[in-house]
Amino acid sequence: MSMVLNEDQLMLKQSAQDFCQANAPVSELRRVRDNRDPDGFSRELWQQMVALGWAGMAIPEEYGGFGFGYGGLEVVLEETGRNLVPSPLVATVLLCATAINLGGSQAQKSALLPSIAAGELLMALALEETAFHNPSRIQCSAQSNGTGFVLNGHKTFVLDGHVADQLIVVARTSGARDDTSGISLFLVDRDTQGLSITRSEMVDSRNSANIQLQNIQLAEDALLGELGKGYEILEKTLDVARIGVAAEMLGNAQEVFDRIIDYLKQREQFGVLIGAFQGLQHRAATMYSELELCRSAVRRAFAELDGAQEDVPALASVAKAKLSEILGLISNEGVQMHGGIGMTDEFDIGFYLKRARVVQALLGDAAFHRDRYASLNGF
Amino acid sequence: MQSIEEFRASTRAWLEENCPASMRTPMQEDEVVWGGRNASFKNADSKLWLERMAGKGWTTPTWPKEYGGGGLNKEENIVLLQELQRIGARQALNSFGISMLGPVLLEYGTHEQKAEHIPKIVKGEIRWCQGYSEPGSGSDLASLSTKAVLDGDHYVLNGAKVWTSYADKADWIFCLVRTDFEAAKHSGISFILFDMQTQGVSTRPIRLISGSSPFCETFFDDVRVPARNLVGTLNDGWTIAKRLLQHERTMISGFGLSDKASSRTLDARSVEGKAMQARGDTDRLSDPVLRDDIARYKIDAEAFAFTSQRSMEEAKLNKGPNATSSMLKNYGCELNKRRYELLLQALGTQSLGWVSADHEDFSADELKVTREWLRSKGNSIEGGTAEIQLNVIAKRVLGLPDMPMLTTKKGG
Repeated sequence: MSMVLNEDQLMLKQSAQDFCQANAPVSELRRVRDNRDPDGFSRELWQQMVALGWAGMAIPEEYGGFGFGYGGLEVVLEETGRNLVPSPLVATVLLCATAINLGGSQAQKSALLPSIAAGELLMALALEETAFHNPSRIQCSAQSNGTGFVLNGHKTFVLDGHVADQLIVVARTSGARDDTSGISLFLVDRDTQGLSITRSEMVDSRNSANIQLQNIQLAEDALLGELGKGYEILEKTLDVARIGVAAEMLGNAQEVFDRIIDYLKQREQFGVLIGAFQGLQHRAATMYSELELCRSAVRRAFAELDGAQEDVPALASVAKAKLSEILGLISNEGVQMHGGIGMTDEFDIGFYLKRARVVQALLGDAAFHRDRYASLNGF
Repeated sequence: MQSIEEFRASTRAWLEENCPASMRTPMQEDEVVWGGRNASFKNADSKLWLERMAGKGWTTPTWPKEYGGGGLNKEENIVLLQELQRIGARQALNSFGISMLGPVLLEYGTHEQKAEHIPKIVKGEIRWCQGYSEPGSGSDLASLSTKAVLDGDHYVLNGAKVWTSYADKADWIFCLVRTDFEAAKHSGISFILFDMQTQGVSTRPIRLISGSSPFCETFFDDVRVPARNLVGTLNDGWTIAKRLLQHERTMISGFGLSDKASSRTLDARSVEGKAMQARGDTDRLSDPVLRDDIARYKIDAEAFAFTSQRSMEEAKLNKGPNATSSMLKNYGCELNKRRYELLLQALGTQSLGWVSADHEDFSADELKVTREWLRSKGNSIEGGTAEIQLNVIAKRVLGLPDMPMLTTKKGG
C-alpha cells in the first residue's frame, strides 16, 4: 500500500487535468446553469469522458470495463472536482455501477455494466427519504405478490434521477423503519407505470429528483442481490461513493485554496500585497495543513479500496468527515479572502461554495461520519 | 547481495534470538534509555538490548557503517522497523544525538568530527543537549548573543542559554554562538560542540508548571573550547541550525502519533476507553458532545498519521526533511494538546489531582494525566512556537510575501 500516486495514476491525472481545462472549465457549468439545460450536464462532453475510459475505469474487463481499479477514478474525480465538471460520474459510475458489480447476478451484470462502460446507460440510486442521509431509515415498501413485487413510497435527493434510464430503488421488504435487515434493492426502468420523477434544481446547478412510487409492479428478476439483504451491498456501495466524493471534494478544496493563494499574491491594500498580512498568512497556513491531511485521508482510503479492503468503512468515514469539515472551512475562506468580489456571481468562487455544501451533505455530512466512526471504533 | 526477503528473514531470526522478552512490552516513561556517561538502566535487560542493537549499528540503522551505524538502505530500514514493530520491541536508545545532532554532523562535519562523535552517539556513550534558545532570544533565535572569541587555538565562550533540555544530565552540548559581532544577525553565528564538564559551564534546572524540571538554564563563564570543535564554516552556523531544526520538528511531530488506530476494537487505555470507564458506559460513550469531539480528534490523528507516512514516502523520492516538517510539527503538537484536553474531560475532576501519597484520592495514572496535560502546553512553544511554524509555512511553502519594514512617513 502506497501513500503516493503511482506512474499510471500520475499520467491519468495529467490527461484528466488537460481534458477538464480544455473542455470543461467552470465556464461550462456556468453555461449549463445559464441555459437552464434540461439535462444539467452536456451529453456530448460525457461521451468524450467515456471515450477517455472514465465510465468503465473500475468495471471489470469481463463486463466491458478496464479493470483499472478505483485509483483511476481517484485522480479523475479530483480533477473534475477542481473544475466543477457536471457529469454522471457520481450517480451512474460511483453508485450504480458499484452496486451492480457488488450485488448483481451474472445476467444483470452482463446486461448493465457494459452499457454503463460504453456510456449508453445512465442510472441513479433512489435512496434518501428525508433531508438527512440515513441508509437504514427506509419506509418505501416492496411487497411480494407471488410473481414479483409491488413498490410504494417516495424518494428524495436522487442525484441525476431526472435523466436516469434506470433506477436502483432501495425499499423495505420486511422489518421496521430503522432495521438494517429487510432492505432490498430493485432495478426499476424509468418508464415503469406508477413512477413519477420530478426534477429539482439544486444550489450547485446540478440536478436531483423527487420520486413517487405508486403501486409499481416489478418482476422477480428486478431484485438486485438477495431479498432482505440489500443493506450489506448498499453500505459497501456507499463507502466506495463516499470515498469517490471525497476525492471530488479534495479537488474542489485544492482549487479554492490555490485561487486564494494567487489572490493573496496579487491584491494590494495599504500599499502592500495582502498576503504579507500575518492575519491572512496564518489562516492560509492552517488551511494548507488541513488540506494535506485531507489528501492523505483520500489516498489512504483509495489504497484500501484497491488493496486489502479490510478497513474500508472506517477509512471512508475518516475521508468523508474530514473532507466535509475542511471543504466547509476552505469554501468559506474562499469567499471571505476574496472580499467583495467573492460575493459576485461573475466571479467563480461562489460556484465552489455552492457545490461544496451539496457534496458536504451528500452520502453523510461530517457529523454523520463522526458518529459512524465512533460506532465502528467501539465507542 | 542478499534479497530484501532474505534480509527480512535474517532480521527476524536475529531479533527473535536477541530481543529480551521484557523489551517486547510497552515502555513506561521512566524506563526510556537516554545513554550517556551516567546512563541509568531501570531494567538490566534495557542495557543488554542497547548493547546488542548498538553492536549491529541498529540504534541508527541508516547511518554509515564507517562510523558505527547500521549502513542499511531505506528499504532495509523499513523492513527492520516493521520487524521491530511486529514483536513490539522497545526503542533501544533515545537521544538528541540520534534525532538532532547526528544527521547534521554527518552532513556538515569533518571526517575527524564524525569519527570522534558519531560512534559514541550510536552506542549511547555520550548524551547530548541543545544550546539554542537564550533569555533574550526565543522565537527570534538568530538574535542570540552568547559570544565566542578566538584566543589562540581555542574559542572563549561567555553567555547563557535557556530551555536546554536535560542540560544537567547531558555530557556534551551542541551550541549556537555568535562569532561575528558586526555582521547581520543571521550571518555571524557558528555551530560548536563541547564537553559540559569543561570549566566555566554550570546548569540550573527550571521548575515547570507540571512540577517537573526537564529544562535548564545553562551558563558559560570563560569556557575554553578547542577551535577544531566548530562544525561547518565559521559564521555560517545558521545553515546548520535551520537544518537541525527541521530534524527536531520531525522528531517532535511524532508526539501526534500516539493513539494509533491499530484495530477497531475499543482500547481501555485510549481516551474514549477511559471516558467510558469513568462513566460506567459499556457499549457507547454516554456524553454525545464528548463522543463527537473524541471522534473528530481521532479522525484527525489518523489523517495525521497517514500524512506522516506520506511525507516519509515523498522524502524517499526526494531527499531529507522538507518545509512540510513545520506543518507536521505544528499539527502533531496541536493534536497532542487536544488529546490531553480530551483526557481531562474524559476523567472529570479525577484528572485534576496534584498529590496523593497513598493513591486513595487519585490513582497514579490519573495524577500522570494532570502532569502530562500541563507539560503538553509546551509542545507548541518548544522547537519554534506554533506562530513561527505558521510563518514558515506561509513563507517557505506557500511563498507568501514578507511584510515590508514599516517606516515612519513624515506628514503621513
